Amino acid sequence: MHHEEVFTDRNVSEHSAYYYVDIENYPVTGWDKFKQVVKRAAKGELFVGLWVVMREMIKFDIHTVQYPKEKLPIGPRYRAVHKLLRLWESGYERCIGCGLCEKICISDCIRMDTRIDENSRKEVTEYSINLGRCIFCGYCAEVCPELAIVHGGRYENGSEQRAHFVIKDDMLTPLDLLTAGEQSEYPGFGAIIPGSDASVKKTPLAY
Amino acid sequence: MNEITITIDGRTVQTQEGEYILNAARANGIFIPAICYLTRCSPTLACRICLVEADGKQVYACNAKAKQGMEITTTTPNIESERRAIMEVYDVNHPLECGVCDQSGECELQNYTLEMGVDQQTYAIKDTHKPAQDWGLIHYDPALCIMCERCITVCKDMIGDAALSTVARGSDPIEAAFKESMPKDAYAMWNKLNKSLISPNAGDTLDCTNCGECTSVCPVGALVSSDYQYTSNAWEHKQIPATCAHCSAGCQLSYDIKHTSVENPESKIYRVKNEWNYVSLCGAGRYGYDFENKNVTKDAVAFDAAIAAFKQADTIAFTSTITNEEALILQRLKEKFGYRLINEEARAFKSFLNAYSAVSGTSLYGGDLGEVHASDFVVSIGSALKTDNPNARFAMNNALSMNKGAGLYFHPINDPVIAGMSKSVTQFNHAPMMEEAALYLILDLFADKAAMPSSVSEYLAGFHSTKTVTVEETVDEKVTETVVKKVLNEETGVEEEVSEEVTKTVKKKVSKEVEVDENALFALLNAPAGFSDTLTKYLAKKERFSLMVGPDLYTHPNASNCARLVALIEKYTQFSVTMIPNLSNTLGVAMICDLDSERGSYTIGYNTAGNFTLSALGGGDLDMPALNQQEGTLTNIDKRVNPTNAALSFSGYVLNDIANALGLSSKYTVDYTAQLPKQAGFKATCFDALPNHYTNSGEEVRGYRLDIQTVTVDTDENVTPFDADKAINENVVYLANPVLQFSPFTAASHQLQENGGLYVSKTFMESNSWNEGDRVNVKTARGELSLNVIADGKIEGDIAYLPTFDTAINSEALFDGYRFACVSIQKV
Ligand code: SF4
Ligand code: SF4
Ligand code: SF4
Ligand code: SF4
Ligand code: SF4
Ligand code: FES
Repeated sequence: MHHEEVFTDRNVSEHSAYYYVDIENYPVTGWDKFKQVVKRAAKGELFVGLWVVMREMIKFDIHTVQYPKEKLPIGPRYRAVHKLLRLWESGYERCIGCGLCEKICISDCIRMDTRIDENSRKEVTEYSINLGRCIFCGYCAEVCPELAIVHGGRYENGSEQRAHFVIKDDMLTPLDLLTAGEQSEYPGFGAIIPGSDASVKKTPLAY
Repeated sequence: MNEITITIDGRTVQTQEGEYILNAARANGIFIPAICYLTRCSPTLACRICLVEADGKQVYACNAKAKQGMEITTTTPNIESERRAIMEVYDVNHPLECGVCDQSGECELQNYTLEMGVDQQTYAIKDTHKPAQDWGLIHYDPALCIMCERCITVCKDMIGDAALSTVARGSDPIEAAFKESMPKDAYAMWNKLNKSLISPNAGDTLDCTNCGECTSVCPVGALVSSDYQYTSNAWEHKQIPATCAHCSAGCQLSYDIKHTSVENPESKIYRVKNEWNYVSLCGAGRYGYDFENKNVTKDAVAFDAAIAAFKQADTIAFTSTITNEEALILQRLKEKFGYRLINEEARAFKSFLNAYSAVSGTSLYGGDLGEVHASDFVVSIGSALKTDNPNARFAMNNALSMNKGAGLYFHPINDPVIAGMSKSVTQFNHAPMMEEAALYLILDLFADKAAMPSSVSEYLAGFHSTKTVTVEETVDEKVTETVVKKVLNEETGVEEEVSEEVTKTVKKKVSKEVEVDENALFALLNAPAGFSDTLTKYLAKKERFSLMVGPDLYTHPNASNCARLVALIEKYTQFSVTMIPNLSNTLGVAMICDLDSERGSYTIGYNTAGNFTLSALGGGDLDMPALNQQEGTLTNIDKRVNPTNAALSFSGYVLNDIANALGLSSKYTVDYTAQLPKQAGFKATCFDALPNHYTNSGEEVRGYRLDIQTVTVDTDENVTPFDADKAINENVVYLANPVLQFSPFTAASHQLQENGGLYVSKTFMESNSWNEGDRVNVKTARGELSLNVIADGKIEGDIAYLPTFDTAINSEALFDGYRFACVSIQKV
């Protein structure tokens, strides 16, 4: 028995394939539970399952993803492990070391070292995020005035230790990938809102 | 000054007559925007944002004085539009650099821009190219400068170097249309701002005593510490309130700490900050902060060796860079085990105080630096003021510049910094050993001769003689002349010559013999020519007199006579007297410890040499925490017991651990704070109850002041005459430190690291044709050292000095207590 749920004002189409699954009531009394066990054991349900596996195997037409060889594409706005982007034209690091991401981070998991470089600019010599603490809220990407720190699609961050880090080298777009056009802008939190230009007040210039 | 009542925004406020409206408001927690005004300095009217309405008239709150019954409104629609325009002007062409700027959120420009609600820009002018400048310890970025001139003001009115001034900016004139359309004060402010930039007087780089106070007062990121630049954001720091460990001024400061780096989570001190409206730091306090004893762990073997050494020892030698609590631990150990406590410099100060008390009847001197700030006539005797206690110099300079004051500076070494403080300061570069003469001169000039012991009055009278001198005077003289005039004879119509007598007044110079009083003390002290006239000028309309005496007197061979003279000055003149303790906690040590003069056979040295050394500098037999790793109290020149906190952790053993192992019992060192000796004026207040801050009215709420005890006085007030033959007239060497150095602790900090040598003035160096770095043998009656020559641009004359901050140079060994010695210097 399938029945469609009436979704109100949700961005799901009329012909949505969502439906409730009918599930039999769980046995409550001891006797009912005993009956269920006997029934299942005698029915040979186990072999039904084994047969399905066998059948699919010999058909060589499997619909599961061959993870980790194969990965499902992930939404561009998904908030996984961070990336540090570079400027398109010059290839310079976008991050100016303003420290706003560090300040806003509610898990207090960002740290950076800065110094004055040979050109009297603020240089970020190291940047680290403790992924064991990060809750992937996206505040850092949202606050960044330079669109430098963004979220990427790398969601695999299992580790043997609670505290594990990504550092600048892991996050910064390598120059060859930049030249190859492999760096992409992040459309999630912090991205430029369409029509931003119109809301900027210009400073008068007398010359 | 009279207490008056004024009304600010309907609130009744009590203040002093003549107080600036801004200060009255601040003291009562009423906010008036103000950028260029610095408390304790003169108003410059650079920003004009402090506009208020007083009795219906628009005035500047920072320079308008409160009068009884004044009605003040802090905002009116006109004032609001002025303030908004002023902030818009400040924002014209200001770089959008907040993201990297070191002011990072502590910026007054940001704050006021938001406060005045500036959300768009009406004004514009062509920008000029203003490259950043490197001034050594200080970095100036003119692009961020808003020309509030606070740096110039503090350097002149407070510090006394007057090393900064304005130079032309070279920009276009402001568009004429703005003059009509803009609020009046905003236009005037812009006009001034648009003309100038800040520049060191010395040209491209800064030549000053490097206090860094200009960076401290700068409201924006224009002046910053070069070392700190771009290393941190202000909000990342935890501020540890503390007391500076380097000299007896005991300035309040805060150590700004955060983790060392991404890799290293250990705390590190990044910079020092101060409440610049109420306390000014010198460069040692500001830049010499990382003197901690690094990487120390609990070394049980060394600790056991220390305990064994204490059991064997009969003497503990130490310096005065320790807390009061540590001093008390040492005193308790002495009481329990009979150690001799050796600290020569504190013992000299203590005997000086005792000799002083025997005449004055008080355990401590009556003055303090606050009194010096408020004085209008300041005298300093026996101290190389700018390096012995920089804050004493600031106080003197502040008094001279703010109170239209005058001052006398008695010291053998000519100091161009003192000379530069004011036109009304006279230096007496007397010969060493003539300090008593200087004290006698003060008595002679200012004491109530009738009240003073007659023997002293008579002795002083002996220096006076009347001399007949010839002076040139200009007098008006009447001269009668016969002139021949041509007069028209009306009857005949012919011109006739007529002689006529006319009387004219002409100015004429005449020589006159007059009798003048001659004071032989002037010549004995090398007074500049015409000093008695200068003094008369100085003394016009003077009301508050301060005398500061320094370490030269404590180690003087006739120290106790000097002390008695100082007591007489305090007693029989209007001078309030302040003594400058030699080192950070010399006063505390002198009040707490019973000090001995002779060492025994086995010495424990604490921060000084001994058979077994405890050292906070590292390299000793057992490591101790430095003063930025300890909590405790320090007693400063103002007789204040100030708390200081540990900015950095220390994982080794502390003196209290040793004391506990030897049978004293106290969980923490600061448990001793409440036990500091009452009879010496300390209070039974526990450490955690000691405050450490300034209020908005500038009141210093730090620790507590020692109670001054009454002491039984000697029956007589006799002082002995001085012996002018003892004066050391040439080949003199002095024991002092260069600017920025006080002890091995200042030299241990990474920004102030340097090697000592023989310091000489540039002229002295030239006259000997020495060059910087030349090797010389310095020989006195007590020993010899081979050193490099170093030029010190901040002294003049022929007296060289040897430092105490460099542990590689044992300068003290060349001196017999007194800070001056006869020397022969040979180039090798
Ligand atoms: S996603 Fe959130 S928790 Fe993670 S680094 Fe950014 S701000 Fe911090
Ligand atoms: S907010 Fe952006 S620019 Fe600022 S430090 Fe973080 S990543 Fe760098
Ligand atoms: S001085 Fe203030 S307003 Fe200017 S860049 Fe720095 S923080 Fe921003
Ligand atoms: S450098 Fe700083 S203190 Fe000096 S005028 Fe500029 S803004 Fe003011
Ligand atoms: S060294 Fe002396 S004057 Fe300088 S900051 Fe420290 S206590 Fe103040
Ligand atoms: S604070 Fe009064 S004019 Fe600047």
